[in-house]
Amino acid sequence: MAEVAHAEVGHGDHHDDHHEQSFWSKYIFSTDHKIIGFQYMFTGMAMALIGGYFAYVFRMQLAFPGASIPFWGTLSPAAYNSLVTNHGTIMIFWVAMPVLIAAMGNFLIPLMIGCDDMVFPKVNRLSFQIFLLSAIVLIISFFVPGGGFGGAWTAYPPLSAKAEFNATPFGAPLWLIAVTLEIVAFLLGGINFITTTMNARAKGMKMYDIPIIVWMIVIASILFMCSVGPLVAGAVMLLFDQTMGTAFFDANAGGDPVLWQHLFWFFGHPEVYVVLLPAMGIVGEVTCTFARKKLFAYKLILYSSVGLGILSFFVWAHHQFISGVDPRATYLFTTTTLLISIPVAIIMFAYIATLYGGSIRFTTAMLFGLAFTGEFLLGGVTGIWLGSSGTDIYLHDTYFVLAHFHYTFVPIAIIATFAAIYYWFPKMFGRKMNETWGKIHFWGTIIPFNGIFIPLFILGAGGQHRRIYNYQNFPDLAGADMQDMRVFATVSLIIMLIFQLVFIVNFIVSLKRGEKAGKNPWKANTLEWITESPPPHGNFGATMPEVYRGPYEYSVEGREKDYWPQNEKPEPENR
Amino acid sequence: MFEFIDKFMPGLLEMLLPRASSYAVQIDVLFDVITILVGFWFFLVLGYFFYLIFRYRHRDGHKAEYISGETHKQKQAIEIPHYLILACDVAIIIPTFLVWYNIKIEVPPPDEEIRIISQQWAWTFQHAGADGVLDTPDDIRSVNELHVKNNTQYTYHLESRDVMHSFSVPVFRLKQDAIPGRVISGHFKPILTGEWDIQCAEMCGVAHGIMGARIFIKSEAEYAAWIEANTPETAQKELLAVNEETISEAKEDPNNG
Amino acid sequence: MAHQIIATGRSRTGIPTGRLAVWWVIGSEILIFGGLIASYLLNRFNHGPSWSVEAANTNTFIGACNTFWLLTSSLFVVYAHAASERRDAAKTRMWIWLTILLGGFFMGFKTYEYATEIHHGFTLFTSNFWSFYYTATGLHGFHVLCGMVILALIAERDVKHEKNWHRVENIGLYWHFVDIVWIFLFPLMYIAK
Repeated sequence: MAEVAHAEVGHGDHHDDHHEQSFWSKYIFSTDHKIIGFQYMFTGMAMALIGGYFAYVFRMQLAFPGASIPFWGTLSPAAYNSLVTNHGTIMIFWVAMPVLIAAMGNFLIPLMIGCDDMVFPKVNRLSFQIFLLSAIVLIISFFVPGGGFGGAWTAYPPLSAKAEFNATPFGAPLWLIAVTLEIVAFLLGGINFITTTMNARAKGMKMYDIPIIVWMIVIASILFMCSVGPLVAGAVMLLFDQTMGTAFFDANAGGDPVLWQHLFWFFGHPEVYVVLLPAMGIVGEVTCTFARKKLFAYKLILYSSVGLGILSFFVWAHHQFISGVDPRATYLFTTTTLLISIPVAIIMFAYIATLYGGSIRFTTAMLFGLAFTGEFLLGGVTGIWLGSSGTDIYLHDTYFVLAHFHYTFVPIAIIATFAAIYYWFPKMFGRKMNETWGKIHFWGTIIPFNGIFIPLFILGAGGQHRRIYNYQNFPDLAGADMQDMRVFATVSLIIMLIFQLVFIVNFIVSLKRGEKAGKNPWKANTLEWITESPPPHGNFGATMPEVYRGPYEYSVEGREKDYWPQNEKPEPENR
Repeated sequence: MFEFIDKFMPGLLEMLLPRASSYAVQIDVLFDVITILVGFWFFLVLGYFFYLIFRYRHRDGHKAEYISGETHKQKQAIEIPHYLILACDVAIIIPTFLVWYNIKIEVPPPDEEIRIISQQWAWTFQHAGADGVLDTPDDIRSVNELHVKNNTQYTYHLESRDVMHSFSVPVFRLKQDAIPGRVISGHFKPILTGEWDIQCAEMCGVAHGIMGARIFIKSEAEYAAWIEANTPETAQKELLAVNEETISEAKEDPNNG
Repeated sequence: MAHQIIATGRSRTGIPTGRLAVWWVIGSEILIFGGLIASYLLNRFNHGPSWSVEAANTNTFIGACNTFWLLTSSLFVVYAHAASERRDAAKTRMWIWLTILLGGFFMGFKTYEYATEIHHGFTLFTSNFWSFYYTATGLHGFHVLCGMVILALIAERDVKHEKNWHRVENIGLYWHFVDIVWIFLFPLMYIAK
C-alpha cells in the first residue's frame, strides 16, 4: 500500500516543538484531537445544564401551574412552548450529538486505532468552531424580540414557516440557522471519523480488530450523512419560507406542508440510531472490561448495527401515522418498525450474554453501563406500542410517546455518557474519579429517572397530550390523582438534577486530587490504555503501536493475566 | 371478535378512561395484547439480566470464562430468542392491521355527517342540524362544543384554516391531524353518553395549551332537544320550504384519513 | 505545525485519504441535492400541468449552452489531472485556468439568465416552480463558484510550487460531481415542459 515505512516515527522525538504554546493555541485553537474532544464534551455539558434547567422550569409549571417558579418567575404559554422546543433541540443536537459522537469520536478514535491524530486536524477544528457558532446562535435566539422558537423541535410548517402563526419572527429563523450550522459541523466531523478509521489504523489492525465503539461511531456517522442531506435541503427551503416569503410549505400557494414532515423524519428517525449506536458502543466497551469477558458475538453485533442502520431508513413514516399520509402506507411502516426491534434485540441479547460466565466488577462505570442495558430495554419495548399503528392512533403525541423516547434518550445521552466519562476519565485527565461519590451519583440518577418517567407512561395512557402548559384547562386531566403523578415526576426531576451537582463536584475535585490512574487502571485491552494518562501530544510517544489481536481477549485460557492488550507481541508458542 | 377477546384481557386503558366509541374496544384489546406479549419478554429478559449480574459478580479466586459467541452453538443463545421475537412481532402485526383497517381505512356508511374546522386556537363544529344534511341553512355551528347523538354512525370532515392541528378525542381513542389545504374524513360511533375532553394534539402555536373543546354525547331525546333549542331562527322558517338538497362533496378524498 | 501528522500519511484501504474524503463529501452532497430534487419531483407530479406552463418560460438555449460549458470544463479538468500525473506544472495550470474560464462562462450566462427572468417578472416568489428553480440552480451555482475558487487556489498555491499534486485529482472529482448535478437539473428545469 501507499504507506511509507519510515514515516511511522512517533512524536516523541519532537517533544521540544510543543513547549512554547500559549493557552490560546493549546486549548482554544488546537488541532489536537484530544483537545477538540474536550471542547465538544465541555460545550455539550454546558448545553446539558441549560437543557436541564429548561426541563426544571417547565416541569415546575406542570406540577404547580401558574405558581412563581424559583429561578424563573411565572411562566407564560409562549415561554413554555419555547422552553419545551429548545429543551428537545438542545438535548438532541447540542448534547447527545456532540458528547456521544463528536467528543467520544474525537477523543477515542485516534487513540483506539493507534494513530496520532485525525487525518484532517484542521477540518476537525473547523468543525468544532462551526458547532460552537451554532450553539451561540441558538442561545442568541432565546433573547431576540419575540423570544425563542416555540413550534416544537420537529418544526412543522406552516407553524414554523410564518411569523404570523408562530409569533417568533426572529427566534424561528435563528433556531433553524443554528440547527443547520450544527448539521454542517457534524457532516465535516463525520467525514473525518470515517476516513480516519478507514485509512489511519495501526499496523496489523484488521476490520474485526477495531473496537466496537469505533465501529459504532463510524456507522453512526455514515447513517447521519446519508439521512441528513434531504433535511439540509428542507431547511434551506424552510428558511426561504420564513425569511423571504416563498411558499414551499404553504398549502394556500401550492406548496405542501406534509413534505417537511417527510424530509424531517427521513432524518429524524435514523438520527435516533445515530446517537444510539455510539452509546451502545460505549456500553459494549465498559461491559467487556468489567465483566472480564470477550464481547459475545462481535461480528453479529456489527452486522446487526449495519442492518439496523439500513432498516432505519424505511421506518420514518411511523411518526406520521395519523398526519394525513395515505393510510395504506402504514401497513409497510408498521411492519418495518416492528422488524427493527430484531437487530436492536440481537445487540441487547449479545450484551446480556456477554455477562454470562463473567466476573463482574461493579465500578461506577459498569453500574452505568448495566443501567443503560436495563433502562434502554424498557425504552425499546415501549416502542412496540407506538410502532403498531393501531395503538398509535390513541397514543400518538401523548405522554406515552414522551416517556418512551425519554427512556431511550436518557439512557443514550445521560447514562451511557456517564459510563463513558467514569470509564475514560483516567485516560482523559490522568486521575480516577472518586468511586464512592460516583456510586452515590449513580443511584441518585437512576432511581429519580424512573420516578420521572414511569408516571408519565400512565398519564399518557390516560390520554394526556404533550406540549400543553396547563392541564387544569382540561377537566378530564385536572383530577387530583393525575396532578399527584405530575408532582411526583417533577420532584423526581429535581432530585435527579440535585444529584448531578455531586457529579460536577466529583469531576472538578477529581481533576485536581483524584487517585493517580497510571497507564491502564482498568486492565483493559484496547490501544488507548497502553499510552500515558493523559496521552501526550502525538499519543503514543516514539513508536506507534502495532496490533496483533482483537480488542476483547479477556480471560483467555492458559494465560496468567486475564487481559491481553492488542499490541502485546505474541510469544512464539502462542501463535 | 375484539369484544370476545376483550373478555380475557385486563382492560388496562379502560381503567384510565372509559370507552365511548364503537372501536375503542379494538384499540384497548390491541393495547392489552401488546402489553402481555411485550411485558412477558421484558420481565423475562430483565429477570435473566439481574440473575446474571448476581450470579457472575466478581468473587475472589473466580476467573471469567472465555466465550467468543462465534460458534454456532453459542450463537443459538441469540438466534432462538430472536426467532421467538419475530413470532411475537407477527402476532402483533396481524391484529394491528385489522384494527387499522377498521378504524382508518374502511369508512362505514354514515347516519350523520359533521364538519370540524380547526384554527388558531379554537374548534368550530358544523353540525348537520335537524335535516341531517351538511351545508343547509339549519346547520348548527358551535365553537369548542361538539354535540353528538349516541349510537349514531358519524363521518367527520376535518379541515384547518391556518396551521396543523390534531383532532383528538381520548375517550373515542380517536386522533387525526388537520392539514391546511386538505379535507380529511374519518368516522366514529359514540356508544356512551356523557361529557369529555377534546384536545389539540399537534403543536399549533402560543395558545396550543388551551385549545381544548368538550364533546357532549347525548341520548336521542336530549339530542333532539338540543337541536330544537339551537337551530338558527332564520333556518327554522326556511326549513319548511326547503326540500332535501343534494350536496356536492367534490373536494373530498375518501382515502385521506 | 511543527510536526507532520502520521495519520494523514497512512492508507489502510489503499485509497489516498484526501480522495476518500472527497468521495464522502460528494456522498453527502448527493443527498442534499437528492432531497431537493426529490421534493421538486414530488411537487411536479402533484401539480403537473400548472408547472409545465411555468417551466415553459425557462431559457432552454442558455441552459443548453451552460451544459456545454460545464461538460467541456469537465474534459479540461481531466486534462489537468493527466498533466498533474506527469508532474507538468505549466500544463496543469493552463488546463485548470481553462476550466475556471468555462466555469466563469457558466456563471456569466447564469447571471444573464437570472437577470432576464427577473426582468420578465419570474422571481423567487412568482410560484413554487420558480422557488424550486432559483433554489436548486442557485445552490448549484454556489457550488460552481466554490469549485472555481478552490481550483484557482490549487493552481496558484500548490501546482505553481509543484506540491500537493493529489489535490488536482480531488478537485477534479468534485468538479465532475457539480457537473453531474447540472446534468440532472438541466432536463428537470429546462427541458421537461
